Amino acid sequence: MSDETDRKTLIAKQFIGALPHAKELGMTIVDVGEGTATITMPYDEKLIGDPETGVIHGGAVSALMDTCCGAAVMAHPAALGGTATIDLRIDYMRPATPAQTISTTATCYHVTRSVAFVRAVAVDSDADRPVATATGAFTVEGAA
Amino acid sequence: MAKRPEPVQVVKQRRDAVLQSLVEGVPYIQFMGIHFDRRGDELTGVMPYADKLIGNPMLPALHGGATAAFLEVTAIIELTWSSLWVRMEAGEEIDISSHRLPKTIDFSVDYLRSGLPRDAYARARVNRSGRRYASVHVEAWQDNRTRLFAQATGHFLMPQKDD
Repeated sequence: MSDETDRKTLIAKQFIGALPHAKELGMTIVDVGEGTATITMPYDEKLIGDPETGVIHGGAVSALMDTCCGAAVMAHPAALGGTATIDLRIDYMRPATPAQTISTTATCYHVTRSVAFVRAVAVDSDADRPVATATGAFTVEGAA
Repeated sequence: MAKRPEPVQVVKQRRDAVLQSLVEGVPYIQFMGIHFDRRGDELTGVMPYADKLIGNPMLPALHGGATAAFLEVTAIIELTWSSLWVRMEAGEEIDISSHRLPKTIDFSVDYLRSGLPRDAYARARVNRSGRRYASVHVEAWQDNRTRLFAQATGHFLMPQKDD
């Protein structure tokens, strides 16, 4: 791992600690690369959206997706400052299995001077069948 | 001869009881602190400001995920509420605990301006509600109704009888 990646990892870890809502949902950054990020969110009963089945609410998955995409943008070499979501679309493929941690990986697949295009996928313990996918556009700040 | 209309407090009590059980039954809605104002059949979602909803502490601004969640909660409650309305108005006893909620198929959020550290409001409109699928649009604002800070469209799978 390069010094640059070490630095980014440190920044990213501090970044999530500084986001009260992400912290509240128990999110942890597990990996950061150039324009990529992986974040986990543990299962918690307070996040249940369907009391019959114990499946967590789509809103909590949205929060995880948004945070992870934002982290991927900030980890991109072209993004010097912060970022804001312009739009985010989430497709829910299947209910997340109750009691399992959700892990999301986001990738910036194209970055211009002002916009980053990001894709993300969320899985639970069964990593072969995605729980949800997301595509979004984010602002790129700090560029001239 | 026409039936005498029910006393207004009976009608209100029934509507409020259905709405309350709908909202209180979902832990995540409680966690987010979201509640609903009702005027007749019109619902307004209210998400009072809380520090835990902040995403960027420097600005400060609401977390985009908290905004998305608020919009999605409002869409699901409105959709469920409007699908129960006819039965509720007919005076049917509705047991919410056995009623399945619609499932989100996809949800697409536009962030129009950053969410301020203030209370947020949202209203949803069911544009199409079929037997299996529904399409819902939802708008959120803070201090000014005409200055939206986010809007979203979502598609939902309606609960089926044999679910």
